[in-house]
Amino acid sequence: MNNTTKHYCSEHATMKDQLPGARLGWLNMSRKAALATFEKEGFPDPRIEDWKYTSVRPIEKHLFKLAQKTDHPINATTINTLLCGDMACHLMVFVDGRYSPDLSDPRNSSGQVTIKDLHTALVEDTDVLEANLGKIADASKNGFAALNMALMNDGAYIKIADNASLELPIHLMFLSSGKEGVTNQTRILIVAGAGSQARIIESYQSVVTGSVYFNNITTEIKAEANTDIEHYKLQQESNKAFHIATSQVAQAEDSTFTSFSISMGAQIARNDINIRMGNEGAACNLYGLYITDGRQHCDFHTSIDHAEPHCNSNESYKGILGGHSRAVFNGQVYIHPGAQKSAARQENNNLLLSKSAEIDTKPQLEIHADDVTASHGATVGQLDENMIFYLRSRGIDYSSAHALLVYGFAHDFIEKITIEPLKNHLEDALVDCIPNVGQLSEFLRKHL
Amino acid sequence: MLEIKDLHVSVGGKEVLKGLNLSIGAGEVHAIMGPNGSGKSTLSYALSGREGYTVTSGNITYEGQNLLEMETDERACEGIFLAFQYPVEIPGVNSSYFLKAAVNAKRRYRGEPEMDAMEFIKLVKEKMRTVGMKQELLSRCVNEGFSGGEKKRNEIFQMAVLEPRLAILDETDSGLDIDALRVIAGGVNQLRSKERSMIVVTHYQRLLDYIQPDHVHVLADGTIIKSGSKKLAVELEEKGYGWLDKSA
Repeated sequence: MNNTTKHYCSEHATMKDQLPGARLGWLNMSRKAALATFEKEGFPDPRIEDWKYTSVRPIEKHLFKLAQKTDHPINATTINTLLCGDMACHLMVFVDGRYSPDLSDPRNSSGQVTIKDLHTALVEDTDVLEANLGKIADASKNGFAALNMALMNDGAYIKIADNASLELPIHLMFLSSGKEGVTNQTRILIVAGAGSQARIIESYQSVVTGSVYFNNITTEIKAEANTDIEHYKLQQESNKAFHIATSQVAQAEDSTFTSFSISMGAQIARNDINIRMGNEGAACNLYGLYITDGRQHCDFHTSIDHAEPHCNSNESYKGILGGHSRAVFNGQVYIHPGAQKSAARQENNNLLLSKSAEIDTKPQLEIHADDVTASHGATVGQLDENMIFYLRSRGIDYSSAHALLVYGFAHDFIEKITIEPLKNHLEDALVDCIPNVGQLSEFLRKHL
Repeated sequence: MLEIKDLHVSVGGKEVLKGLNLSIGAGEVHAIMGPNGSGKSTLSYALSGREGYTVTSGNITYEGQNLLEMETDERACEGIFLAFQYPVEIPGVNSSYFLKAAVNAKRRYRGEPEMDAMEFIKLVKEKMRTVGMKQELLSRCVNEGFSGGEKKRNEIFQMAVLEPRLAILDETDSGLDIDALRVIAGGVNQLRSKERSMIVVTHYQRLLDYIQPDHVHVLADGTIIKSGSKKLAVELEEKGYGWLDKSA
């Protein structure tokens, strides 16, 4: 056991009585088992295939303290200025990892949806939590998953009633106030009742750039039969922060699950999105956009299990890389024996804006059934000189042509978003963070 | 308005244009004909300032200015327009945004106020009628999913909107059937004016039945080997380029 592992074990020992559900025997058992896994595994090693291109040593060097409720400068006015902060929604705000009821408005009264923080849910909805928490995501998968299970200190529980169709999106907003040296071990559980429809946003934003903190998140989603769920995850952490997240989705028959991931911030960002289509007729769409610059590192690992026949998966991830940044895409599609009439499509396209940027892309199809259609592909390229020349031959200057093409590359991702305010906000955010293209913002404001 | 003197252009270290001379007056239409590989497209790109088309010697004077000192986009703002042989598809960039950006780039360059959305739509609608372009194409991404004919028509439409002083039509007839050719030539003819000069680059005489040139030049092996009236084009059609090789 190294110093870092010891540190987190002692955090558990110090904090265990204050953690949510501290008096629940079943939960304490799960936490203990997870802690044992973490003690043994520690943080993932680059020798493990899944972590070959992403070294977490920089995270290991810090000894982050588990976030506690403290004073912070964030108020309703701050929220309004943030991405989707002014959008009508079921809103839950977490500041530095801890739930802020006075900044939140979950709008629980409709009866269509129950939205609670993890502490409250473990008191009031113990049965549902016992049946699902830690049952969808596997806490023994790696050190981060184990650490989250052992130390989960806050988070959200969302239950969408059977056949409910939510008009407003649910927004779980996780904010960093700039507090240094803390870790948030966030756990989210979403249970979508049969026939329900909802759009859920998880956003991670920092009001201060350059602060160092560590978010380790596990999201568990259970999509019952005939559900239609859209899950948006926006990552705009401080550029020195660490963001490790796993979303684990269990889909029942005829359910549709759509995931949108936008990754723009953090020093190291790792996203694992694992989908299991466990019954016939399920469909999933996974869309992602990652934008990196400077020395940022962003890693997307997706895994889609076609466990039963007649399931469809459709995956498209796009990367825009500048500076000395590096990104990883690893997409696995596994079609189980007997999962006939499966259809899987996977695509990863990358735009490298600098000579020093690097992408490691690895789409993988593993097919154990004979009546399936599957395709995958990956591209890595620079901006097309023919396109630049075409735009310039019409009078558009070089940097504007450059900006317009980068924007065009990301455009089809943004077009798919169904939440209009998010789409608009994202367009602005995209304009602000596209590497090497300072003039884009001004250009697009003038012309679009 | 355009004076090309002893122009030498290299592409990838290989000399393609070898001392080309050409003089074009305001409002004139000049056809440049020649076999494949003679340097027709290189001339078009050199006039547009495309990277990789290196002018090793000679000069080009446009409206009294040294054209070779200008970047591609400056040349466009000064009124040079190239209708591409193979128009480029630009995914994710809406045609209407693109065109508005181009119109306003040119206006800014000239110190004129930018066009607002209303004015722009009015202009675009009028020009669409001129070249018979479907309005629906404007809401799509630039050239994406356009048929060959639609792409070529879109080039002429852009030309109509941008109102160049010098238009270079690079093999605008290639890949078009006779009906599409007639429509596009009709669009070009409407854009002929005393202030607008045109260079029509083509392999075949066919296009010149519809766009009647004032002068015809034959380009072979990087230089103009024969110039004449539009009768020269007809002669070429009958005898082929081989006839000139022998006489030259």
